[in-house]
Amino acid sequence: MTAWFKRKEKGIQTATEQKKDTPKGLWYKSPTGKIVEYEELAKNFYVSPEDDYHVRIGSKEYFEILFDDNKFTELDPKLSSKDPLKFEDTKKYVDRLKSAQKKTGLKDAVRTAIGKSMGKDLVVACMDFSFIGGSMGSVVGEKIARAIDMSIKKKVPFLMISKSGGARMMEAALSLMQLAKTSAKLAQLAEAKIPYISLCTDPTTGGTTASYAMLGDINISEPGALIGFAGPRVVKEATGKDLPKDFQTAEFVKEHGFLDFIVHRSELKQKVNLYIDLIQNEPIRK
Amino acid sequence: MEYLDFELPIKELEEQLEKCQIIGEESDVDVTDTCKQIEKKLSETRREIYKNLTAWQRVQLSRHPNRPYTLDYIRAICGETWLELHGDRNVKDDKAMIGGLGKIGDQSYMLIGQQKGYNTKTRQLRNFGMANPEGYRKALRLMKSAEKFNIPVVSFIDTPGAYPGIEAEERGQGEAIARNILEMTRLKVPIIVVIIGEGASGGALGIGVGDKVLMLENTWYSVISPESCSSILWRSWEYKEVAAEALKLTASDMKKLKLIDEIVKEPEGGAHANRERAFEIVKNKISKHYEDLKKLSPEKLVEMRMDKYCNMGVFSG
Repeated sequence: MTAWFKRKEKGIQTATEQKKDTPKGLWYKSPTGKIVEYEELAKNFYVSPEDDYHVRIGSKEYFEILFDDNKFTELDPKLSSKDPLKFEDTKKYVDRLKSAQKKTGLKDAVRTAIGKSMGKDLVVACMDFSFIGGSMGSVVGEKIARAIDMSIKKKVPFLMISKSGGARMMEAALSLMQLAKTSAKLAQLAEAKIPYISLCTDPTTGGTTASYAMLGDINISEPGALIGFAGPRVVKEATGKDLPKDFQTAEFVKEHGFLDFIVHRSELKQKVNLYIDLIQNEPIRK
Repeated sequence: MEYLDFELPIKELEEQLEKCQIIGEESDVDVTDTCKQIEKKLSETRREIYKNLTAWQRVQLSRHPNRPYTLDYIRAICGETWLELHGDRNVKDDKAMIGGLGKIGDQSYMLIGQQKGYNTKTRQLRNFGMANPEGYRKALRLMKSAEKFNIPVVSFIDTPGAYPGIEAEERGQGEAIARNILEMTRLKVPIIVVIIGEGASGGALGIGVGDKVLMLENTWYSVISPESCSSILWRSWEYKEVAAEALKLTASDMKKLKLIDEIVKEPEGGAHANRERAFEIVKNKISKHYEDLKKLSPEKLVEMRMDKYCNMGVFSG
């Protein structure tokens, strides 16, 4: 830190062109209407300081939060989707992929990486909701499978951060079978007795919930996250019933026995590593 | 502090001591000797009362409102390393059964146990320490996780019984307890069981099969509570004292019958009279027994556990 109180020359010496300005007009408004400046939000782990609302973030931000000094090696960064079914809805799948890649700067809906977290290696797979709703197709399945292979090979704990609308319709049953592929890989990971932590973030739904998101040695979540199999609208239509107010929130899911705990994003790194140290019978890192 | 009937002489002396100390602080009278005398008498009275407790009095002590509960022990023993884990991955997170990971010294343990509340609101939340099937299934899930990662299990028992509810039956209370008992006989990691309060029947045994089963001095463990026993066999609740004697449910009786492995002495006046000391005693006992058990191979451990339970029972012919 610059010891500004020790400076000898009076006045502001920084040249105007070197001034680090916050771009004006970048505000975030939480669902309860609280407004926060984007830079302040970023410093606060992307949690709205006034109402504790956990803003949806992507792999870039999670890696930044979890890896020491934001240093990590990305795995299989080039893997990208094909269009084996020549799928077309209101738009061609190939075009949809292209525009998603252009819009987000991502190759697909998951990024995987290995790096140090509190000084020890951790493999993290993190989904990006901004890429076609975090949908799981062949690429997502394959990247997760390979990340698990890396965990097994290096004997390093595996953290999966789910954020997904479910399986990707444009790859139809190829997407569906990614549930089986990833689950099979997790069974291998379990046989190798390597800890698997599943973090379910807002939203975790459909095929994601029905596979890796619910298979952790511990399943954890962030406050208020939506977690479920069928979406609330589908459940409401199918049953014709009014849903409880907290239906499918992380708190609801924990109460029903599927989450080990809910963790505030500011404590995420510490809590994940505390669990790893405890379950591996290692000294607790501070 | 609340007092039971037979603890009233202690209460009187404690009040005398307090008055004496106040006089000493507020006036110039030297009360050191008087205070010392009262302290001595208090200590003698405590010893006298606690030496000759009847079975029923022990039952009352096991339910003393100031007695430490499972989470009190765990929080004191593990401190900041305690990480509570929730849920049975099935229907619910049972608040009457708690569990999680924590360190004692350098060693990680999976700690489970029934949890009672300390006021009306929390008693209801904890369902008076009476677990539902999901509580037993949560405990089993955590024990299996401990086995997977070779972490020893510590189980704290304090329950008036498994919850006798309609939904508990629908979800298979009996099956849940049975499954736990079976799995615990086969678990490949050391299991240390500590009875810290009430040990009522299958509700207790559902997390109570272990390599070392310890009973604190003022606890009870049996097939039924003395009240229920009285009402079934004597057809009246009036015979609870007689039933308590007849059931041989105290720690010393249970040790004589070779149904538990060790009696843990409580601080003078019971665990509630000196909670910190009670935590220390239990912590040391767990570590000591783990040090012995960790020398055994998983096969030997299971074999010895098997032999222990197979040798229980008395018969002729």
